[in-house]
Amino acid sequence: MATEVSGPAKSTELWTRRHLLDLEHLEPWEIEAILDTASAFREVSERSRKKVPALQGKVVVNLFFEPSTRTRTSFSLAAKRLSADTVDFTVSSSSMAKGETFIDTAKNIEAMGVDIMVVRHQTPGTPHILARKLQCSVINAGDGGHEHPTQALLDVFTIREVKGRIRGLTVGLIGDIAHSRVARSNIWALKKLGAHVIVCGPPTLIPRSITKLDVEIAYSLDEILPRCDVLNVLRIQFERQRGGLFPSIQEYFALYGVTEERLRRAKDDVLLLAPGPINRGIELTPGVADGEHSAVLRQVTNGLAVRMAVLYLVSGGQPRSAAE
Amino acid sequence: MGTVVIRQGRVIDPSQGIDRVADLVIRDGVVLQIGPWDGPADLEIDAAGMIVAPGLIDMHVHFREPGNEQSETIATGAAAALAGGFTSVACMPNTEPAIDTREAAEFVYLQADRAGYCRVYPVGAVTKQRAGRELAEMGQLVEGGAVAFSDDGSPVESAEIMRRALQYTRMFDRAILNHPEVLDLTKGGVMNEGFTSMRLGLPGMPAVAEEIMVSRDILLAADTDGKLHLQHLSTAGSVELVRSAKRRGIRVTAEVCPHHLALTDEALESFDPVFKVNPPLRTRRDVDALIEGLCDGTIDVIASDHAPHAPALKELELDRAPFGMIGLETMLPICIKTLIEPGHLDWMELIRKLTINPARVLGIDRGTLRPGAEADVTVINPEVTWTIDPERFRSKSRNCPFAGWTVRGRAEYVFVAGELRYRAEAEPPQLAELKR
Ligand SMILES: [Zn+2]
Repeated sequence: MATEVSGPAKSTELWTRRHLLDLEHLEPWEIEAILDTASAFREVSERSRKKVPALQGKVVVNLFFEPSTRTRTSFSLAAKRLSADTVDFTVSSSSMAKGETFIDTAKNIEAMGVDIMVVRHQTPGTPHILARKLQCSVINAGDGGHEHPTQALLDVFTIREVKGRIRGLTVGLIGDIAHSRVARSNIWALKKLGAHVIVCGPPTLIPRSITKLDVEIAYSLDEILPRCDVLNVLRIQFERQRGGLFPSIQEYFALYGVTEERLRRAKDDVLLLAPGPINRGIELTPGVADGEHSAVLRQVTNGLAVRMAVLYLVSGGQPRSAAE
Repeated sequence: MGTVVIRQGRVIDPSQGIDRVADLVIRDGVVLQIGPWDGPADLEIDAAGMIVAPGLIDMHVHFREPGNEQSETIATGAAAALAGGFTSVACMPNTEPAIDTREAAEFVYLQADRAGYCRVYPVGAVTKQRAGRELAEMGQLVEGGAVAFSDDGSPVESAEIMRRALQYTRMFDRAILNHPEVLDLTKGGVMNEGFTSMRLGLPGMPAVAEEIMVSRDILLAADTDGKLHLQHLSTAGSVELVRSAKRRGIRVTAEVCPHHLALTDEALESFDPVFKVNPPLRTRRDVDALIEGLCDGTIDVIASDHAPHAPALKELELDRAPFGMIGLETMLPICIKTLIEPGHLDWMELIRKLTINPARVLGIDRGTLRPGAEADVTVINPEVTWTIDPERFRSKSRNCPFAGWTVRGRAEYVFVAGELRYRAEAEPPQLAELKR
């Protein structure tokens, strides 16, 4: 039951990474390899029998130091579709024994015979440290305000699926850029694949140094709307902020809330993405979230395929043979 | 104690402007002369090819006693200091409890005497319990031997308290050593705010948080004519502020730490908490400005800000791990690497910032080889190459950011009051490997 990989997979360049920690350090072809592999798995998910044996006998652990039902469920299901055994651990700092570090916790879990550890943590770099301390593969499922590679990959995958390409598109990332791991990972992926990126929000939520990543800064959503092919509406990270970064939610909504009315200024075929649990009525209206431009549910479906691809590749699979 | 002769070393004593190859003669614990000696000697040291300097002084260390002895004690800290070539250190009062009373200051002397390594001078707290609300009993602290005042670990936040402290200490001519940081602006931060912190998604501590307090303190020093010393300057803006203050004749001195010369905020790309320090590692531009400040005399002193933390604490997540790195046992070679090797400072200037300058800020009669002075002497081997291995440190802690670095130079012999207290191992084992 071989399924050919769609797209231009480069047979000469073989995937060698054992971890997926961030997108900053991936080569463009590696990002494309993940997307191509995900395309193959996307087809699997449309079959009646949704399982492939790629990770049979392997153990995938979700080690979540920060609660997240959606990402964890998506990884779990992705691992199960690859026939892996999966275990979920959600650890709060209060449930860790006194004097036990996150490294101890992870080592203890690894000792149960883990092949891939999917790590979510509120502190940047935690997956990177674990990748150095553990033997198993580590996948970053979101580390503080740093990166959320699989979220950005599924965003980019969705854009490519709908628009047919990434290169040359203008993508607006709207909102809390400063505290958003989704923003960082999206910027890396989009820039590497040739998109033009505009970050848009109040100056208190946009670090000025971000221009060094060759992105455009804009403070007026209304001004940039007509230029954007894609809008990715980020969640305000109340939990990561010190507060006082904007005067009120009402004012934020007035300036940056994506409403039906505002969307009329956008291109007819503008694609609207929104990662993760959005604060309805703050970043966008329910009508927009469920409206014709929205790809919110498609993102969830694609998330599964992208996570299957990542699990498969870090476990030693090659892009060409995916889904065999 | 008899006579000690350190033969034919290059004697460098900035306090007297001496830089020449000579014998240094110590008799009964004090410097007798710098010059040829044919008389009898109880101990002779061949210092050919070595530098003979006044005992080095580190005016900014944290020994964790009392309160956090698992990280460092006065004894282990003093042993580390000695091995690093330091004969005198000034320890900050942010212990638990804080050094804010006469008895607490006397306790530091007692423990240092018991340990018998180097001299340890207590710095008294500016405010009671370092709480920033009322002045500590500074007169009593001076009676107990406090050489200066600081709430280090924290800034003296209140401008009113800082102003009163600078006024009050005029009667003792003791310096206020301030840690310049506006806490409002750094809350929650773990590293320098800038391009790197943005990339890593780590909360930043902006340079302006330091610079605002540097300029406040300079204005208060001008207003009070108090004796102000600014600790661990880390930004280009701070250097410029101190430079112009000195030009205007304001009484202010300043220090930098070797890690702020040797590392930049890009070290945090590893996410390793060993690089988490306050003030944070800054940018290349800041490093260059600090070096420029050392070269033109804007910055008077190099100090380690030796801040030991037991290993388990640095295994925590970056945001939970404490700030600080140890530095006593790497200070000399890191200064050589960052300042001597690239030709920024000559030995005379480097030694000045490690001896007579800190002695003057602290008002202690150290840092000189003048005849009659107590013979604190550091004999430096400037050429020996070795690899930094924190496991071999005398310090109780291992939070050294330079592990694995190959460096040049170390203290070979260290005398305190004429007594040979430290001698480096015959040959560092790593050297043999390098030769192969
Ligand atoms: Zn400090």
